[in-house]
Amino acid sequence: MNNPVIQVEDLRTSFFTRIGEVKAVDGISFSVNEGETFGIVGESGCGKSVTGLSLLRLLPEPAGQIVGGKIILEGKNILELSKTQMRAYRGKIISMILQDPMSSLNPCYTIGDQIGESVKLHQDLPDNMVEPEVISSLRLLKIPAPEVRLKEFPFQLSGGMRQRVVGSIAMSCRPRVLIADEPTTALDATIQAQYLALFDDIQVKTNVALIFITHDFGVVSRICDRVGVMYAGKFVETAPTREIFKAPKHPYTVALISSVPRLDKKDERLFSIEGQPPSLLNLPPGCRFATRCSQVMAICKEQEPPEIKISENHSVYCWRVK
Amino acid sequence: MAKKIKDSTKKQYRGMTRWGRISSSLGLYIPLTIFGLLVFTAIFANFLAPYPYNETSLPERRLPPAWVEKGSMAHVLGTDTLGRDILSRAIYGARISLSVSLLAIAITTSVGTTLGIIAGYMGGNIDAFIMRLTDIAMAFPALLLAIIIAVSLGPGFFTVIFALSILGWAGYARIIRGEAMRLRNSEFVSQALISGASPWRIMIRHIFPNIVNVLIIGVTLSIGAMILAESAMSYLGIGIPPPTPSWGSMVADGRNDLDRAWWISTFPGILIGFVVLSGNFLGDWLRDKLDPRLRQL
Repeated sequence: MNNPVIQVEDLRTSFFTRIGEVKAVDGISFSVNEGETFGIVGESGCGKSVTGLSLLRLLPEPAGQIVGGKIILEGKNILELSKTQMRAYRGKIISMILQDPMSSLNPCYTIGDQIGESVKLHQDLPDNMVEPEVISSLRLLKIPAPEVRLKEFPFQLSGGMRQRVVGSIAMSCRPRVLIADEPTTALDATIQAQYLALFDDIQVKTNVALIFITHDFGVVSRICDRVGVMYAGKFVETAPTREIFKAPKHPYTVALISSVPRLDKKDERLFSIEGQPPSLLNLPPGCRFATRCSQVMAICKEQEPPEIKISENHSVYCWRVK
Repeated sequence: MAKKIKDSTKKQYRGMTRWGRISSSLGLYIPLTIFGLLVFTAIFANFLAPYPYNETSLPERRLPPAWVEKGSMAHVLGTDTLGRDILSRAIYGARISLSVSLLAIAITTSVGTTLGIIAGYMGGNIDAFIMRLTDIAMAFPALLLAIIIAVSLGPGFFTVIFALSILGWAGYARIIRGEAMRLRNSEFVSQALISGASPWRIMIRHIFPNIVNVLIIGVTLSIGAMILAESAMSYLGIGIPPPTPSWGSMVADGRNDLDRAWWISTFPGILIGFVVLSGNFLGDWLRDKLDPRLRQL
């Protein structure tokens, strides 16, 4: 079980804009094992989605570029692959589900065509073998009556069903790593729960390593085995989900968890974190969270906090914890 | 199924006045009929024309149309300065007008679409290069270039097509580029990239089918313009060389006789007007139907 499929080491991604270099992802490391779910949590603009796109090497070039680090996928650093080699990895070994199911399907083709396209790109199958593959992908995502559905066009499907189709496309070649970038954000709450349950099922069946990007701690508690809390392009804390809810160490994690609305506490104003994340154009010297932190110390504004290991899987980057 | 369609058309017409109902279908059927007739006459010109287009008859010069005094049913639309039957020449002329404009459109749309998609999808230097080329093509005086080409290559069927095509692609390239740029940022393109599709595959399979409606509108709207341009070239004498009839050259033939034999120029002129107008109507109708921004629900 303890077999990392993907290892990210000190990944750095920057956007080179007219006003300067924006360090969207500034040195993050993590690894995900077979059949494991790793959550990346953080507020808007903290670099979650950019991390996802970096893993696929699909940044909007030439502005966005991976400037450092390693992404080791099945023992190979994919940052060293050529464009063509990388294309062979996408969809086959690493795949992704995007946020908005309404626009991530091509309106001109039936869903069978679209899943089939992904199948045909990576597997040299005779034409009559494609449809069974498509049907099995649709089945994997528990789409009812797949034989009928595959002849339908995207506009004939509901939002939840479309997001399942997007999932079928992503899973069509049974990749080893699946990145899900807020796949439930556009769905309503009941469908959201169903969709999350699907991931458990897919993991049992395919043993895929799942990287789940979200801003929703509720979703994290539901699906993730481990979590990395991201702030301004860096992890502030990585820990097993259970531990992070029981004993969050970093002030940011504490603040995030206490801003989740709860049913068991009545008549209280929802907690919120004052202020804005720092501009990624010129980051302050010390800890990035220092300006908003309730427990800030003098050293926080001067030096970046080191990694502090609480346990084997639990790391925090905070002076206060030391 | 058929009933369903019928119901939906009924729904579409409900609430319209009687005149509205008629006029909205006229906008489609009249231009469509005119185009159908045009294609039909172009194909079967040999059987439809009462005389060969180049049969001259000096005693029968400048005969007026049948309904005018001295006219005869032998030449319904009269004859020209060389005694050639105008109706027959107009029928053969449909062939030239249609084939020249359709071929020119086929060339301009393919070139324009290809360049437009590449520019819009690739962006960067490739885009800049193609767009500067487009700017040059659009800034060039089209008629002047057409004259230069006709003079240097010598007039002929393919010269006309070449002259009409050499600048005509630019408009398409610009429209298609805009569409391609919009589609490049759509999530289904990202999803295709995630599946490992190559840029060419995305351009052909994912971007092209989504701009076909824009293309159809462009094509129908430019049929009229192409026929007009071909007529203009023939009128100036740089079109299809005589005796092959083209509506434009027929108008030119009659321009010295407008006071004594108005029919020589008038009938081909009317034909050009009708066909161009129906092309524009058809294009407008299609645009209303296919452009979601203009679609009325």
